[in-house]
Order: sequence, then C-alpha cells, then structure tokens
Amino acid sequence: MSAVIDAAGKAVGGLDDRITLANWSKRNLRKVFPDHWTFMFGEMALYSFIILLLTGIYLSLWFKPSMTEVIYNGSYVPLKGLKMSEAFSSSLNISFDIRGGLLLRQMHHWAAMLFIASMSIHVIRVFFTGAFRKPREINWTIGVLLLTLGFVEGFAGYSLPDDLLSGTGLRIAEGIMLSVPVVGTYVSFFAFGGEFPGDIFISRLYGIHILLLPGIILALITAHLLIVWYQKHTQYPGKGKTNENVVGYPFMPVYMAKAGGFFFVVFGVTVLISGLVTINPIWAYGPYVPDQITAGSQPDWYMGWLEGALRIMPNWETVAFGHTISWNVFIPGAIVMGIVITLLALYPKIEATATGDHGEHHLLDRPRNAPTRTGLGVMALTFYVMLLIAGGNDILAKNFDLSINAITWFTRIGIFIVPPLMFMVTKRICLALQRRDHDLLLHGAESGSIVRLPHGEFIEVHQPISAEQKAVILSKPDVVPIPWPEKVDDNGVRPPTYRKDKLAARLSHWFYQDNVALPTPEQIEAAEHHIIESAEEGAPIIAHRAQLEPEGGVLHDPSAAALLEADKETVSTQ
Amino acid sequence: MKTLKARRHRAAAPMLVLLALALIGVMYAAVGSATTASAANEVQGGVDAQIAAGKKLFAEGCSSCHGLGAQGGPNAPTLIGVGSAAVDFQVSTGRMPLAANQAQAPVKPVEYSDLEIAQLAAFVGSLAPGPQIPADADLNTQNADMAFGGVLFRTNCSQCHNFAGSGGALSNGAYGPNLRDASPREIYEAMLTGPENMPVFSNQTITTSDKQAIIKYIQNMQTEPSYGGWALGRFGPVTEGAFVWIFALGLLVAAAVWIGAKVR
Amino acid sequence: MSHNTDNGVVEAVEGEQSDAARLAHDESQLPAHRPRRTDYDPRAAKRAERQVAIMFGLSAVFTILFVVAFVQVGTEEVLRIPFFGTFGRSNLYLGLTFGLATLLIGTGAIHWAKKLMNDHEVVAERHPLRSPDESREEAVAAFEAGAEDSGFASRPIIRRSLLGAMALFPIPLVMVLRDLGPLPGKVLEETAWKPGMRIVGADSGIAIKPSDIPVGGIVQAIPADLPEIQEIEGNLNSRAKDVVLLVRMNPADIVSQQGGTAEEPWDFNGIMCFSRICTHVGCPIALYEQRSHHLLCPCHQSTFDLADSANVVFGPAARELPQLPIMLDAEGYFVARDGFNQPVGPSYWERS
Repeated sequence: MSAVIDAAGKAVGGLDDRITLANWSKRNLRKVFPDHWTFMFGEMALYSFIILLLTGIYLSLWFKPSMTEVIYNGSYVPLKGLKMSEAFSSSLNISFDIRGGLLLRQMHHWAAMLFIASMSIHVIRVFFTGAFRKPREINWTIGVLLLTLGFVEGFAGYSLPDDLLSGTGLRIAEGIMLSVPVVGTYVSFFAFGGEFPGDIFISRLYGIHILLLPGIILALITAHLLIVWYQKHTQYPGKGKTNENVVGYPFMPVYMAKAGGFFFVVFGVTVLISGLVTINPIWAYGPYVPDQITAGSQPDWYMGWLEGALRIMPNWETVAFGHTISWNVFIPGAIVMGIVITLLALYPKIEATATGDHGEHHLLDRPRNAPTRTGLGVMALTFYVMLLIAGGNDILAKNFDLSINAITWFTRIGIFIVPPLMFMVTKRICLALQRRDHDLLLHGAESGSIVRLPHGEFIEVHQPISAEQKAVILSKPDVVPIPWPEKVDDNGVRPPTYRKDKLAARLSHWFYQDNVALPTPEQIEAAEHHIIESAEEGAPIIAHRAQLEPEGGVLHDPSAAALLEADKETVSTQ
Repeated sequence: MKTLKARRHRAAAPMLVLLALALIGVMYAAVGSATTASAANEVQGGVDAQIAAGKKLFAEGCSSCHGLGAQGGPNAPTLIGVGSAAVDFQVSTGRMPLAANQAQAPVKPVEYSDLEIAQLAAFVGSLAPGPQIPADADLNTQNADMAFGGVLFRTNCSQCHNFAGSGGALSNGAYGPNLRDASPREIYEAMLTGPENMPVFSNQTITTSDKQAIIKYIQNMQTEPSYGGWALGRFGPVTEGAFVWIFALGLLVAAAVWIGAKVR
Repeated sequence: MSHNTDNGVVEAVEGEQSDAARLAHDESQLPAHRPRRTDYDPRAAKRAERQVAIMFGLSAVFTILFVVAFVQVGTEEVLRIPFFGTFGRSNLYLGLTFGLATLLIGTGAIHWAKKLMNDHEVVAERHPLRSPDESREEAVAAFEAGAEDSGFASRPIIRRSLLGAMALFPIPLVMVLRDLGPLPGKVLEETAWKPGMRIVGADSGIAIKPSDIPVGGIVQAIPADLPEIQEIEGNLNSRAKDVVLLVRMNPADIVSQQGGTAEEPWDFNGIMCFSRICTHVGCPIALYEQRSHHLLCPCHQSTFDLADSANVVFGPAARELPQLPIMLDAEGYFVARDGFNQPVGPSYWERS
C-alpha cells in the first residue's frame, strides 16, 4: 500500500512541477458544497449524459447509418427476407445478434429519456427557488440551450434506426418544414436532399447526432459546471446560512463519495430498467415504409407537447395571391416552440425588470415567498401538461373508453382556461402560506394540548417555533416594488423615460401584489414574550399530565411504542 | 379489567374488513357468473333443421332489434346478405346480443353455445348470399409467409389495431380492438365481413393466402416474447414516458432523498 | 439578513468584520451537530463498515455473474415471468447482473459517506464576484493600451476594409450548402399518376376489378409503375406520394365528389379513389370507418368525409384529400382517368 502511495506521490509531484497543481488543490479539494436532495437533479442529468456518451460509443461500433436497401437475413424471423434500410437492419442485428446489444440499445434510449426528464425537474427546481437570479443568468441561458439541444438530439437519435414509428415522426417533421412560409420547400428539399424520404437523411442525422450536437452539448455542460464551481452553489435559507457564506460538506471526501456514488446509482438504475423493461421495440414496429403507419404514433415523451399542439390546433390555412400559409402546422410546429423557449430563456431578465431586483442572490427563495413567480411557473407547467395530454389523446381514449374527439375539444378549450385558473389558485396558496409564517412568528406553533384554565377558559397552548424554523421564515427578503415615477420633474417637464418607468412600476406592483410583509423585529420580540407567558399558563397542567404519563403519552413519539407494548402485555396476562 | 378495545389485537379491525370483502367477493362470483354452456358443435337433423332452429333462436334473441326478417330497424342494421361468417364472428365473440347502445359493441361473455351459434349463422346465411364461415383449410397457416403477413398487417391493419395488436382509437369512442386473444377464425371472419366500423377486405383484394399470412403474423405476435423485458402494454412512447416519470425518475429522486437525509 | 446594493455587491449589515470572525459567527449559528450512532457507538461503526464492504463485495460477485451470463446465455433464449410476460433471457440476466454490480458500488459509497465520513458541516466564505474597482481600471487601461498600439481607432481605412472582408468571409461557408439538395421547382405538384395508369394493390401488385371490392370495402393501391420508379430512383419517394385508397360505398350515400360529369364521372358505381397522404403533415391514412364513411388519420386525428369530396370534418388538416378520377380500361381493370388536379400531401408556401 505504501508503495502505491509513493508512486502516486511521485506522479502528483510531477504534475505540480508542470502545472502548479498544488495551488489549485489547496483551494479546491475541500471546497464546500451544500447538501440537499433537490440539488441532485442537475447531477442526474449530467450522469445520464455520461451514460449516453458511453453507450453511444459502443453502439456506433455496430450501427450502419445508411438508407441503402438490403434484404434482412438475421435471426429475427418475422422480418426475414424483407427489404429494409441498412440502418434498420443493423439495429436489428444489434438487438438480436450481438450479445448485450439489446441491453446497450435500451440503456441508450432509457438514459436519453432520463437525461431530458432530469433536466426538466432541474429547470423546475431552479425556477421555483429563484436560483436563476443574478449572478446565475448565464447558467440559466446555457441550461435552456442544453434542454433545447437535448430535444433535438433525442429526436435525431431515435430516428436513426429508421423504424416505422420514428420514420412517421420524420414525415411529420418534413411536413412542418414545408409549412414554413417562403422558404419551407427549400428547407425541406435541402434537408432531405430532395423529396421525402430521399436516401441521405439518416446519414446526415448520424453525423449530427454523434458528433455535432454532443460536441456542443459537452462544451455547454463544461461551461455550466465551471460556472457553478466558480460561483459556488446556492443554498436554502436556514440557521447560520447567509448570502455571504456557503454551508455544507467538503468536496473531498464527502461530496466526492456522495456524488460519485450517485453516478453509480443512476448508472445502475438505468442498467436495471434496461434489463427489465422494453423500450422502443423496433422489431415489432417493422422497417419504415412511407405508406405504413401504426395507431398510437407518438414521439418520445419530451416531444409530446409539440405533438399535442399539432393535434389540437384548429385547421386554419390562408390561401392568397397564389401562396399558402398553413397556420395549422406552422403555429404549433414552430411558433409555439419558439415562443416557449424564448420566454424561458429570457425569464431572468423579465423578472429582474419586473421586480427591479438587480441584487446578487445566493440564498434560495422559498416558493411561497415569490407567489407571482410560483404562480407563473405552475401556469406554464399546467399548459405543458395539457399539451402532453393532448399528445396522448388516442392512447387515453383507447384505454379509458373515452371519445378521442371529446378529449381533443377538452384540451382545445382547457388550454386557455385551466392555466390561468392554476395561476390564481397557486398564488392564493402561496399567500396563505405567507400568512401562516407571519402567524407562526407572532403566535408560535400549536402544541396540540388544549388546556382549561381555572377560570373556565379553554386555550390551546402555543409553543415558540424552533430557532431553525425561525431563521428559515425570517429569510424572506424585503420586497419593495419600483416606486411610481414622477409625472413631471421640478421644471414641469415630463421625463423622457416616463412611459417605460411607469410600465416597470406597474409590473413590479403586480409582481409583488398582496405580499404579506414579515412582522418587525419589535413585534416579533413582543410576541415571543406573549407566547412564553401563555405557555407558562398551561405549564402546570402540562406538568400534571407529565406526571400521569411518565413516558410522555401518545403525542410524544418515542414512548408511544413502549406504551403500546405495555398495553399488549397487560392484555395477554388477563 | 381492560376494555374490549384494549383487549382486541390491533390487527383485528383490518382483518375483519378483509374477511368481509373476501366473503362478498366469493358470493358475487358465485351468483354473478354466467352459466357457461357447453355443447358439441353437431349438425342435428341436417341443414334445414339447423336453419329452422336458428330462425327460432333469432326470433327470441335478435329480432327485437334486427326485425323478424332480419331486415334491420332503427337501432340495428339489416342482416340480409351479411353471411354466416358475420353472425359467427359477432356472436362467438360475445359482441352480439348487444346489451346497450354504445359507440361500439364490446366483447362480453358469450351467451350462446357453439351449436346455437351455428344454427343462428345458418339461418342468417340462408337469407341471401354472403361471406361464409371459413373452412378449416382456409385457416391453415402452415405454408403461409409470416414476413409477408407482417407487411400486409402493417399496410392494412396496424393503423387501427396498433403495431402489436394492442388496439387503437377511432372517432367518437369507437376503437380497433385488441387482437392479442383473437383466434384465427375470428381474424379471418373480421377481415371478410368488416364488422361495425372495420372496412371489408374481400378475398379478391386480400386473398385467402394473404389472410393466412396475416393470421400467421398475428399468431406470432400474440406469442412472441417481449425480448427487452416488460412490454408496458405495447402502446409505444406514451407508456414508456409514463414509466420513466413515475418509476425511473421516482427511484432516482428517492435515492437523492436518501443521500441527503440526516443520519440518526 | 443580507443587503444588496444596486450594483449587486454583497455587503454584510453588521459593519466591518474579518472573514474569520464572520465565519466563526456563522458557524456558531449553525444548528448543533447531532452525533450519529456510528459516531459514538464503535459497534455500530463496525457494522456500517461491514455493510459497505458487503455491498462492494456483492458488486464484484455480480460482475463475475455478468461474465458467466454473457458467455453462457444465447440471445434467443427466453424466460417466462408470471404476469409480466416472456422476456429475453440474455438481456434480463446481463441487465440484472451489470445493473446490480453498478448500483452496489454507488450505494456502498453513499452509505460510507453517510455513516462513517465526517459529517460536520463546514462554512466557507463567499467572495464578491465583481472585480475590485482597481482591477477594472487596470483591465480597461490594458485594453486601451492594446487598442492604441494596434491603431485600430486611428486608421479608418484599415478598420473599414477589415470589417468589409470579415463581413463577406462567411459567404463560402453558406454557399457550399447550396448542393445539399435540388431546388423544389414544380416537383411537389407532380405525381406518378397519368391518364391510363393502372391501379394495382399496394403489396400484391395485382390489378383490381370493381367486383373485387364489396360495399364497405377498401383497397390500398399504387400506380402500376411504382416498383419500376423505385428501382430507378433508388428510394421510397414514390411510396410517400403516389399511394391511393380505393373505397366502395353505396352510390346513394355519395353526397359530392371533387369533379366529374355524367359522361366522365370520377367514380365507378360508388367506387372512388383518393390520395392516401394526409394534407396535414403527410402521414399515410387508412383508418376507414365504414359506417360513417370517414377516413381518420392516426397521427393527429384529421378526419375526412369520403362521401363528401373528402372534406375535412374534424382535426387540424385544412384541405380535402385530393381525388383521383378513375375509370375501367378495356379489360375491366381500374385505371386513372387523369392525374390529380392538385398537389397531394401537406401544404406549402408555393401551393396556390
């Protein structure tokens, strides 16, 4: 063992001679990382991507990305003798004639689904905790780019085997390209090398899928991680946590073990589900032939929202002056996606402008303390989920005995009604929680003990909240809306930026509407005295109860089991 | 002395509820199960006797909707010319007699014995020329080309029944049913007669040999292993996505909670 | 609580404090460290150590089992699992062994970290992300010195000509993409259907007579030339465009057609022919609902009424399915009377 340490020491010394390794190591080996389970979603995405890279490299050793027609002669009997592209044939080969090949294919596909799912919950966590605020706007933008590239990469990836299901998806993509005004036909003909399906598209997708996009994604992930490393991770509010410090565990050994271990957990879970659950059974779909199709033709889940938009869009088309604009395809296919992603990318700027808050934030927001933001987030998620439902409307109809036309109409109308409803409900819930926090500070927490005082009054004994809980509640930032601009300045002239300032003020007043301010420190102190007094009033009765039930009674947990045990004993002796 | 409540085992209440549920279940199963008829499919007393018996059965069980002469009514189509194959398909799968007016007649427990179905089919088949119940030779798939059957299936069938025969949605609550338990005769007759919304695939456009190939492919589909693991119903990406979000992500989030949890 | 100034510099409210003092204050504010069982009970610690070692050990065992499964189990073997179905044995065994081998390394490491590694929380200082003002000034000065040295600002003809050259430079990078594909031209308006072209079964290739199709029946069909076209072009483009559907209904049920006269009808005795490529985004349609004469597309549920000129009755498609006029040839088989009178498939800008 000591020989190994000596050798390692020599190697590290050699590195330090060349790249000043010790300087970096002394600062960073014990770097502090806050520890919370919601901080692991980004890691899930990172590890899924690593799995994708690894399994992708292995798959590329056997996959043939060509649309050249071959006759299948492998071991899957129901397709034997059929004409198909080399891409499909080599995918069948991987699935049936390479040991571990099917496992690799399924791992790659499950990891892709997990990659985008983890990025999604990561985005959701970052949004609802306000972690995108200064100084992390750059990372937010990188993240939105990563999410978008993830969609494209996934779409390209599952189209490579050239099976019936994914080929249908390519056909739809081509139809969307055609719908683009002015340049649509050119885009489509250039992409496919002519009409659909042509003979080159799979090869083009391959280069994009294994080289171009992974390269860009890898570069973006590296930048994303470097920025997190440099800026230090955000942390949840709590006792001892401030905006100027970071509380957690050192990188070596705790974080290395937990994060490294989590990599193996993500990897292991991916392999396990790849051994146990089928995904994308291309042999059952058959090779892509443009005049065949299956019921339930959906893209992978992360494109489901676009599919839903395509399904519920009314059939509007304008034909004028010898040209056609297919609103029914162009809007859901391109515009909706463009608007959503743009809004997502710009949100930090929008919120900063709307609130006037340009400060640095390293302490996370509790969602209840930003009710408008939380409401907007829930509204967006509701919109997304309604589109997902619309995208699966035929599967829902078949399995739950519903009319597919009814589901379509439900989502067509619901998509405008339900999200604003959810916004209002969410905002009200957040404000109610703020009021509860306010009350907790001033009145303490209910202890569950109802006490009758000697003069007959019933009271519920309140206890002061714990120091940790108090610190968390008090972390709520003071919010001040942008002040209304002066209509005219001292000389009676209207300021040139008046309109803009008024709009900003109006936005920020809306954003902070109904905010429940925390009580002042004096009020809190006065309240704490009151709580302690009322606790003292109930103290004699509580002490008396404590005498009767020395183990603490049912409300106090550790003894509950003991009491029940004692109870059982007495029963059995009767 | 301890109260009754204190003497009782703490699992007593749940056990009693379970017992009661089990008892109700057994009673319901005993009372509610339909008596399954079992009779050999014999021709008794020749074809004429068959048709006569069928006419009687028809008058009892079918004429209220289809009319005494099978000419149809406000709620039911005419059966003149549908052929014996149609009757055999509808009644032997339990779709007919229809219990209630719905978007599509569902498969339910069969109400007639094999002999009775043969008699009904003979009667309706005698009303006018129409598709006949296939002979055993028609259903012989020994020399059928399974791969070609797959091509035909994907061209003609999978858009309503889905690539694996798990079924698919049609307009207004109708649906292409699940094929995973369909018998060769059912499949043949359905293609030949075009029940309800299903189009008719005559023996001239999809020949008997083509039909045999399709049947062979469907049979293979029904018994084929799910090579990659649990098939999730064979519905495609929707169920796969649901699995990812509920189980895979759920498992990983649970792991994350475990990692971050404080240790006692 | 923190206080953020307008330019975002984080300042502490309590006034000037040294880093160490501030950290010490923060650390004292942290909730008290609760010792774990493994911290004060050496037997519990030993047990945790054993548990971690067992996990790592099991991982090694599963890795070896993977090797065994890889060598022993063929890809054609299957295993029946009650309720879930019959699985491929190789995939199952390889997945279980490798999956558990990997998972156990992870759980071992995490268990080790949680139970045995030092779990005292540590506080570190955040430093302002904004560079100090002096640095900013120095950076600006460095930039200005460099700009001065280059003469960029003081030599306008160099500047302008450079910008001009760089602006034009990307043109070859874009230009070379011109040959990604041919220009669309009029290709989208044309199909393989010409007058007199025989209509044959899509998979059988056999010509079709009216008596082949009963009322309520459909036939997927292609132009007789399609296999030859595919052979010449070396792709499936014709199948993506020229496929049609023959449908027969009771002539009395036909409300309207897209064309035709009494002398030259577009149908034959209730048998009509329509393009099978959905006018929404191009999926091939064939869900014919016999009772309603509706043709449903499985992709986005566009529904066309074939008895009424294939007009759209539900869903996102905006245009009817083009109808192919048909008639019988001298031998009594179906042929196209004429080609389509409009482009088939999805709409596009140049479509009038």
